[in-house]
Amino acid sequence: MYKYILRRVLVFIPMLLIVTVVVFTLASLAPGDPLTGQTLDPNIDPEVLEERREAMGLNDPPHIQYWNWLTEVSQGNLGDSLHYSGRTVEELIISRVPNTIYLAVFSLFITISVGLPIGIYSARKQYTVVDYTATTFGFFGLSMPNFFFALIAIYFFSFQLGWFPPRGTVSSTSLTGFESFIDRLHHLILPGITLGLSSTAIYMRYIRSEVLDVMGSDYIRTARAKGLTERSVLYKHTLRNSLIPIITLMGFEFGTLLSGAVIVESVFSFPGMGQLFLVGIENQDFPLIMGINLIVGVTILAGNLLADILYAVVDPRIRYD
Amino acid sequence: MSNETLLEVEGLKTYFHIEGKVAKAVDGVDFSIDRGETVALVGESGSGKSITSMSIMQLIPSPPGKIEEGAIKLEGKDLLSLSEREMMKVRGNDIGMIFQEPMTSLNPVFTIGEQLAEPMVKHQGMNKKDAKKRAVELLKLVGFPRAEETVKEYPHQLSGGMRQRVMIAMAMSCDPKLLIADEPTTALDVTIQAQILDLMQDVKKKYNSAILIITHDLGVVAETSDRVLVMYGGQIVENASAKDLFTNPKHPYTVGLLNSMPDVADEKERLESIPGTVPPAHNFPDGCRFAPRCKHAMEACTEAVPKLRENEPNHHVRCILYEDQGGEKE
Ligand SMILES: Nc1ncnc2c1ncn2[C@@H]1O[C@H](COP(=O)(O)OP(=O)(O)O)[C@@H](O)[C@H]1O
Ligand SMILES: [Mg+2]
Repeated sequence: MYKYILRRVLVFIPMLLIVTVVVFTLASLAPGDPLTGQTLDPNIDPEVLEERREAMGLNDPPHIQYWNWLTEVSQGNLGDSLHYSGRTVEELIISRVPNTIYLAVFSLFITISVGLPIGIYSARKQYTVVDYTATTFGFFGLSMPNFFFALIAIYFFSFQLGWFPPRGTVSSTSLTGFESFIDRLHHLILPGITLGLSSTAIYMRYIRSEVLDVMGSDYIRTARAKGLTERSVLYKHTLRNSLIPIITLMGFEFGTLLSGAVIVESVFSFPGMGQLFLVGIENQDFPLIMGINLIVGVTILAGNLLADILYAVVDPRIRYD
Repeated sequence: MSNETLLEVEGLKTYFHIEGKVAKAVDGVDFSIDRGETVALVGESGSGKSITSMSIMQLIPSPPGKIEEGAIKLEGKDLLSLSEREMMKVRGNDIGMIFQEPMTSLNPVFTIGEQLAEPMVKHQGMNKKDAKKRAVELLKLVGFPRAEETVKEYPHQLSGGMRQRVMIAMAMSCDPKLLIADEPTTALDVTIQAQILDLMQDVKKKYNSAILIITHDLGVVAETSDRVLVMYGGQIVENASAKDLFTNPKHPYTVGLLNSMPDVADEKERLESIPGTVPPAHNFPDGCRFAPRCKHAMEACTEAVPKLRENEPNHHVRCILYEDQGGEKE
């Protein structure tokens, strides 16, 4: 197993470098450069701008620029934000990361605690009312765009029913301890459900078909022929196998959650990384955009690495390769 | 019923209901197995052998399958009248079963030891530690020299033949009265096949259990069985001692099967296969189900399904060629 993990980690390193190249290239391909916004300002002398360009290294050949950027990044310096003057990108990101993590974790929790049990139940009671209802909700969850669901949810549950706050992460900063936790949770519910909706539907459908597949396999027939109870056939022999592909799905989940967060956070005015990213785009804050892209890219890679390792933990066929 | 009778199957009908059609996979099957007896169930693919065995275990996928009629008596007790909970105590305990597909019949994510221990924990109330110890002994018995390590291994680390040995060990772990083996060697190499058959004979001698071996290979029958049931179109068409069947086959289908059997002594001889194919279970012909493929078919054959009659002592056959000879069964 250690050999397998070592191999995965060794693949991870070049992938990481590729991510930095992609992030850098995307930023360079975008029209303009960090100072473009200021060329329109008649009060700034173009010559001064040109000097600043030279000083910032913007006139260097691309590979030199990349190398300089990479050197900085590898030391944890993501540069200064252009829009939020006086603040570094890493500072900004660190201030927003916790909110996005809460949101992602909460939404993943919903996905797993709702999607998996319903999917498993659906498989066991195939073609019953519950199964059909779950299937219908599944298609609904998959086809409904995030922002649209968010708007409906805000309209009904915030404005009409007043059950949940429509925006923000806290209602008052003076709350402490358990009350503050409940308050945060209260704010997480609508954006969390919105963000987790499509994944919940996907997990539900996926585990349903996996369970059905495994239930029909020869080793489940063997388990039954041994006289095991239906419980142990399902929870021991079937689930252990059905969950293996779900782990791969979880590896991709990091990317799904982070990209979904961009939209969900802005609809719910939820101050996380996604919202910060949109601010960066609107203001052509190149260092900020590159910083967030880099973090997202690394997170997705790390998610896949984690999934690969978990895969080996649960599947002996991979472990002993 | 004599004291020696272990299993009695009477008028068993197992149907599959699919899209308004009824597939009569098993359509009125009667036979019995004595204690310690090895009985072969033979017939071409699709004749209902597996469904017969799965009916005995009550592991028919339902829906669409359903045991419609009949009785399956183990030591006089009708298994079909048991609750699912009671039936679980029969499976793996009174009746062990092994299957055709050794490569896929073991759960890939559990060790051999864990899987072997399960029935003993379930049926014999052993604790896990004792069951694991017993698993090592069982593995040694079925021919694993380094059984202490094998229990810690996973199925994918073993070859097909080795996995079938594990299946046999598992099926025998609770000392069953009956071992059902559904084509246990079909998926294996010829050399391994012989080893597995030998092993089954050894195990049988040691435990004195009865065996129902399902196969479409008459070579296997010749090597293992006391008695043979020939199955066609969901019915038994001939039931005789192995010796009788090979020397004095009666049903034209049995004769056809024997003629299509490769002769080891004379490999060059051209095999004479039975023309045509097994009819689908949802669309059997009227009358004798074999008639459309039978050399001796006559008009009367298509009128009614012939009865299974005892044509000679302990030799039953379902064919009108023999209807005027011998007495009717029972
Ligand atoms: N799951 C099933 N659904 C529908 N029909 C089935 C199913 N399993 C078996 N059958 C029917 O039962 C017949 C007998 O099958 P089977 O007992 O597996 O044959 P054998 O083991 O002799 O090759 C098949 O021809 C098929 O039509
Ligand atoms: Mg079969």
